[in-house]
Amino acid sequence: MTAVRAEGLFKVFGRKQDEAVRRLLDGASREEVTKLGATPAVIDASFEVQPGEIFVVMGLSGSGKSTLIRMLNGLWTPTAGSVYVDDVDIAKIDAAKLRQVRQQKISMVFQHFALLPHRTVLENAAYALDIQGVSKEERRAKAVEALELVGLKGWEDKYPAQLSGGMKQRVGLARALAAGSDIMLMDEAFSALDPLIRREMQDQLVELQASLNKTIVFITHDLNEAMRLGDRIAVMRDGRIVQIGTAEEVLNDPANDYVAQFVADVDRTRVLTASSVMEKPQYVVNADAGPREAQHVMREKHVSAAFAVGRRDNRLHGVVYDEDVVAAVKRGDQKLDKIIKNDVAAVQEDAYLADLFAPSAESKLPLAVVDQAGKLVGVVPRVTLLAAMASITESPDQDPGAHSLQPVSAAGAASGQEGAAQ
Amino acid sequence: MSESFDVLEPRIDLGQWVEDAFDWFTETFEVVLDGIDTGLGWAYETLLSGLNAPPFLVMIAIFGALGWLARSWQFAIFAVLGFYLIAGMDQWEGAMQTLSLVLISAAVAVILAVPIGILAAKSQPVSNVVRPVLDFMQTLPPMVYLIPALAAFGIGEVPGIIATVVFAMPPGVRLTELAIRQVDAEVVEAGQAFGSPPGRILRQIQLPLALPTIMAGINQVIMLALSMVVLAAMVGAEGLGLDVLSGLSSLNVALGVEAGVSVVIIAIYLDRIVAALADRAPVVKAAKVRD
Ligand SMILES: Nc1ncnc2c1ncn2[C@@H]1O[C@H](COP(=O)(O)OP(=O)(O)OP(=O)(O)O)[C@@H](O)[C@H]1O
Ligand SMILES: [Mg+2]
Repeated sequence: MTAVRAEGLFKVFGRKQDEAVRRLLDGASREEVTKLGATPAVIDASFEVQPGEIFVVMGLSGSGKSTLIRMLNGLWTPTAGSVYVDDVDIAKIDAAKLRQVRQQKISMVFQHFALLPHRTVLENAAYALDIQGVSKEERRAKAVEALELVGLKGWEDKYPAQLSGGMKQRVGLARALAAGSDIMLMDEAFSALDPLIRREMQDQLVELQASLNKTIVFITHDLNEAMRLGDRIAVMRDGRIVQIGTAEEVLNDPANDYVAQFVADVDRTRVLTASSVMEKPQYVVNADAGPREAQHVMREKHVSAAFAVGRRDNRLHGVVYDEDVVAAVKRGDQKLDKIIKNDVAAVQEDAYLADLFAPSAESKLPLAVVDQAGKLVGVVPRVTLLAAMASITESPDQDPGAHSLQPVSAAGAASGQEGAAQ
Repeated sequence: MSESFDVLEPRIDLGQWVEDAFDWFTETFEVVLDGIDTGLGWAYETLLSGLNAPPFLVMIAIFGALGWLARSWQFAIFAVLGFYLIAGMDQWEGAMQTLSLVLISAAVAVILAVPIGILAAKSQPVSNVVRPVLDFMQTLPPMVYLIPALAAFGIGEVPGIIATVVFAMPPGVRLTELAIRQVDAEVVEAGQAFGSPPGRILRQIQLPLALPTIMAGINQVIMLALSMVVLAAMVGAEGLGLDVLSGLSSLNVALGVEAGVSVVIIAIYLDRIVAALADRAPVVKAAKVRD
């Protein structure tokens, strides 16, 4: 089951809408149909949003993002195509049913907050529940809970005019959360906030999403926001979706020059993760076998150190060094565990490249990349990291270094300190 | 008519046609017109006898108290002094008659104007029809629609009320339409997005947010109604307008001034009261709240 599905969605404003759709389907360009007097805002958009996913729609101003998201909950009727919410075609249900879908399944957060100025924070947070016909006490309880989730405890009796922008949007978020619907539509929800508050809200959203498992369709014109939030990103241009993919796919494999240019000045080291550059581990010895086998492998591969990995669970135990292995063989040890050192530099597979530099600089071995269960999934040799950096800074239209290197060294220093503190 | 039409010397009997249509109208809707006549007449008389029931000093105290409740003690003092001046100028009776006429006319105008304004805001076709009608109502000299009002209802308060309603209603409609259209589209969208039905969006979002502007419209309606008192007097409505008229016809400056000043005092009083009520609108209050 998909949470939201769009199939061949069109929205054309102005005159001759149906003819415009026909011509666009026949391959006419946007400019050609504009001559008819039609304004195609969304052209043939198809995608599926999975439950629990943050699906980001990104594009410049006027690319049709707002129009697209407003068709997903039926605020605007598509000129052609269908929208399915939980596999229900929302064009095929009557107005009352559609209102029910909006009450129960899909809520929305707005760019300029759209709070009711004459109602208190609590009443605003409870608004959706009021519409649902929930009893007063339950309404209150749920609204208080939602406000607490977004960090607005104690502000219940204030009016929106008394809040800062960030707090207003938290109320907007609380209102959507209190509604209890699984799907949230967010149209440039953070665009009106200043950068620091914005980062904070992004982090909070990711946290909330992780704990509440909402399905989120998030609209933004900010690439970095898209990269931070999106499980998948749809890039829109002039009404068309030109690419859908993960942040890494969009960065590493842009569908066309437009996307390539769009992503040109993103700080890739904050988007690309260890798993995107890691290589197959070469120097691995079986942690459950004896030193003799380890010595054999290391001699074969001409290495002086190797990762010791459990044979069955593939878990990274640590590193063994050649002199210890030789000594152990001499002693006649049956097990490796006494000589396995855990001074290994291991990083999670979803760690950003920016956070790999410090550990990489300090480690003689390649960085070990592990998954959540601690399994060794790959390695990042320093040379690979440097090569990745080189290719990143070669991206078009910018002077290398200025964009990418600066934040990297800062981040590297920061994470180095963290490492030392631990 | 048409067989004798001469292109070079045209005589287009628009006036006659309108009169014929009007005659047909009054005959066909006699029952309705009678109903309106009785209803408005009754409302006017009831309000007037209510205002006249207590002795004038008590009434002045009531005006003062209302002023205090709505605004401040300074305004209460103004109200008391103002109405005492009216009584002192021997204009009390006329003032109460005028007040009744204005309040009834304004009430009818608002009761008609606000729903029409809401409809016009919600539907472009309605708006397209309403707009020229309002222009027509506002630009036609009020004297002109005194005639049919007089013809339909005879001499008295009712034609005065009708003419006043016609004249005073347009800003009520316009400002209501504007107020509803001006409501932040995103907030209305929020109502829709959370599944609120249209009637509820109107009640919970559009009207509360539009209220200050609608109140400004109501204020204008009242002021325009007051400006009609002299014309209303011409069709036989009693009140301050009558004194202005007789002052005019007998060149009695003193009488004219006294009646005129009374109108001004009533105007200021009503204007300030309505403005105070507009400030009580929840949106306005919420915007002013500080910790
Ligand atoms: N009601 C409307 N009538 C006519 N054209 C419209 C209407 N709404 C949007 N458009 C047009 O549709 C196109 C897409 O608009 P839309 O608001 O969806 O863009 P957007 O990507 O959300 O832009 P922004 O970042 O500025 O919000 C624009 O060219 C816009 O002019
Ligand atoms: Mg937009």
